[in-house]
Amino acid sequence: MILDGKCPTGPIEQTWDKHRFDLKLVNPANKRKYNVIVVGTGLAGGAAAASLGELGYNVQAFCYQDSPRRAHSIAAQGGINAAKNYPNDGDSIYRLFYDTIKGGDFRAREADVWRLAQVSNNIIDQCVAQGVPFARDYAGYLDNRSFGGAQVSRTFYARGQTGQQLLLGAYSALSRQIKAGTVKMYNRREMLDLVVVDGVARGITVRNLVTGELESYAADAVCLCTGGYVNVFYLSTNAMGCSVTANWKAHKKGALFANPCYTQIHPTCIPQAGDYQSKLTLMSESLRNDGRCWAPKKKGDTRPPNQIPEEDRDYYLERKYPSFGNLAPRDIASRAAKEQCDDSRGVGPGGRGVYLDFADSIKRLSEDTIRERYGNLFEMYEKITDENAYKVPMRIYPAPHYSMGGLWVDYNLMSNVPGLFVLGEANFSVHGANRLGASALMQGLADGYFVIPYTIGGYLTTVKPGQVKEDHAEFKKSVEDVNSDVNKLLSINGKRTVTDFTRELGGLMWENCGMARTKESLEKNLKKIPALREEFWKNVKVTGSGADFNQQLENAGRTADFLEFGELMCRDALHRNESCGGHFRSEYQYDDGEAKRDDVNFCYVGAWEFKGVNAEPELHKEPLQFENVHLAVRSYK
Amino acid sequence: MSDHKTMTLTLIVWRQKNASDPGKFETYTAKNITDHHSFLEMLDCVNEDLILEGKEPIVFDHDCREGICGMCSQVINGAPHGGQERTTVCQLHMRKFKDGDTIYIEPWRARAFPIVKDLVVDRTALDTIIQAGGYTSCHTGGVADGNAILIPKPVADEAMDAAECVGCGACVAGCPNGAAMLFTGAKVSQLSLLPQGKGEAAARVKAMTAAMTECGFGNCTNHYECQAACPKGINVKFIARMNRDFLKAQFA
Repeated sequence: MILDGKCPTGPIEQTWDKHRFDLKLVNPANKRKYNVIVVGTGLAGGAAAASLGELGYNVQAFCYQDSPRRAHSIAAQGGINAAKNYPNDGDSIYRLFYDTIKGGDFRAREADVWRLAQVSNNIIDQCVAQGVPFARDYAGYLDNRSFGGAQVSRTFYARGQTGQQLLLGAYSALSRQIKAGTVKMYNRREMLDLVVVDGVARGITVRNLVTGELESYAADAVCLCTGGYVNVFYLSTNAMGCSVTANWKAHKKGALFANPCYTQIHPTCIPQAGDYQSKLTLMSESLRNDGRCWAPKKKGDTRPPNQIPEEDRDYYLERKYPSFGNLAPRDIASRAAKEQCDDSRGVGPGGRGVYLDFADSIKRLSEDTIRERYGNLFEMYEKITDENAYKVPMRIYPAPHYSMGGLWVDYNLMSNVPGLFVLGEANFSVHGANRLGASALMQGLADGYFVIPYTIGGYLTTVKPGQVKEDHAEFKKSVEDVNSDVNKLLSINGKRTVTDFTRELGGLMWENCGMARTKESLEKNLKKIPALREEFWKNVKVTGSGADFNQQLENAGRTADFLEFGELMCRDALHRNESCGGHFRSEYQYDDGEAKRDDVNFCYVGAWEFKGVNAEPELHKEPLQFENVHLAVRSYK
Repeated sequence: MSDHKTMTLTLIVWRQKNASDPGKFETYTAKNITDHHSFLEMLDCVNEDLILEGKEPIVFDHDCREGICGMCSQVINGAPHGGQERTTVCQLHMRKFKDGDTIYIEPWRARAFPIVKDLVVDRTALDTIIQAGGYTSCHTGGVADGNAILIPKPVADEAMDAAECVGCGACVAGCPNGAAMLFTGAKVSQLSLLPQGKGEAAARVKAMTAAMTECGFGNCTNHYECQAACPKGINVKFIARMNRDFLKAQFA
């Protein structure tokens, strides 16, 4: 099947405005007749629930945490991009559009990216109005800094806690709607199934994480805002509860999964210290505004960093990419760090690390200035490593951070299942094969505040409200299916813990489908993952009961889904015989080690259709057309 | 670094099946713990052992494990988050403990936070306070340009100092009165400091403090335990600022 993204045509500058006008409207009195479910309350979900509630729809919002304020968007540190051009340094909507397409290695849709760049400016205004305390100068104007893959300063920030402040802004807007009664909030609920009736999304089945009860919720449209899947690597910068579960359940009910092999490995994270470790901590990309990445020139150089003289240091990013330097895009910076370590020039335990050095900036600007800019990050670094990064350089190593792939959606953010919308990181839409720094916050809020409020109306005008209720047979069947999975997990009573399986799967994914992949490594995983999955269903040990607060059971369900999803991810990576962005196939590279794209054969979105757990999925393609940007080899040199 | 040494610790942990169960302390041993384990990773190790023994693991709230989501919530040796300055439980590392130490682990204890299970409490009351008025009533879209409102750096910085609150509730757990004054004061102050929030300042402070009382939180008697417990170092001056705003609101 050739997929149609339903992108508007004509001059790119007019596409979104024209499309908005063409969308049918639901009149104010009719809006309250429609129920809309929003799953997840991060930037995309929080903003969507608040905005849809404010428009007058009946919204039911769900999150697995104890409060909507805790979604993992909160951990984003560095900033949010917008094409305001406040610094007068040459930015424009067109430049943000171009940088994002190029940053994504020409694997995203032009129209979607244009819209993102266009609404980026509204987002900043919206957040300011909500009381987000962005950094300002002494006169009171908004301040900017630079992020990777851009030669302008377009990133707005609130110290090192931009995600937190933006999320609290969305949470406050959501709280206002909860108070107004337009949004009903359900905390500590995990979505465990999508209910589809006659091919149309009609609701969800959730588990109440406190009582263990399975609950049905019907609606006229369902919005998944459930984030990314890089916890498939076990160790990542994601929160412990982040999973592919909601997306995977929707996939099993017919929604296509697009580009699952596009995962982002963030270059600057604190290296792993031991096997017991439960997560990796990010050190914001913003640090590369003032920090310089280097590795010793000599192999196996064990001297402390301060005793390695300038001439024995390789500032490898500045050397390889003089025009972007330390602010090369993430995929490129990560691979460059791996290259240093693979060449036995890594530092720290196991040689899996490089330095991020602030000595020059401290000399140039003073320690106080650096503290003001990044104090909380230095503090976090010290808590974890017991090292003072004002005195010794940080040690960093790449870690799984973000997923560009996700459920396939059209220009209206609707999946191929009518009535199922997917927002934010959970969809595949705008970042192509690599996301630029400070663009995730932008996308989440763009989808939630400024896209879905328009596009959902276009869909709802085509359906009669309240056609299916919770007493429909499909809801009962869904509850029975989920219940049978829960009981199965509890009855196995094997010998290995859930974490043990999750860690093994993560190891396989990191080793064979991580920063660099080969045909052999992927084929190895396609054998090992099904075997591990089989063992899981025979040998996992989950204690306690289903009718109770049972965190092991929650984790077991998430791991079971990762064990199916991991296989799809490898399959996608294996089929894509090219390197692009975060997908680096070692067989496809130029002599200097840069990624070698194949635009003749792979300039498409690869969207997979589920055919059964042990059956081969079917690939559908959406060809990508570039009318405004010239397809070129991506260069940051 | 001393990562070759390992520690053995005795944990005395509050176990409680559900809200109506009286609950009691149970003793566990944590083995092979290194300097680099975070406190929660130490508990993960204990839980793995419990599961393999067929016992129910200790239930505790956690998510981001990088000190920002505000989900983790444990009283360690009597101090919320373990007493290290500006640190959440998930950021507390075992290098702060010694081999052979005995560690008491309890949930937040406050009237407004009923216990759900073991170390997990219900903090919905904090959401209720925000819902009462912790926002500016702006609509999506149709707002002014971000630079149309000038906010000089010192004002923006002070608002940010207040806005850093992660909503974990340690201030409540640390307060002898179970008050949420620091939590509420921080949000009230953030919004009343900024021009965007000034218009509704009087109504907001009245509504939020009323919600605070209705939810069963106590009052402030200037112990400042909240500031000591706060993992983000929110200053008690924001309580004073809220009190001033509250008084002014009576005449508004």
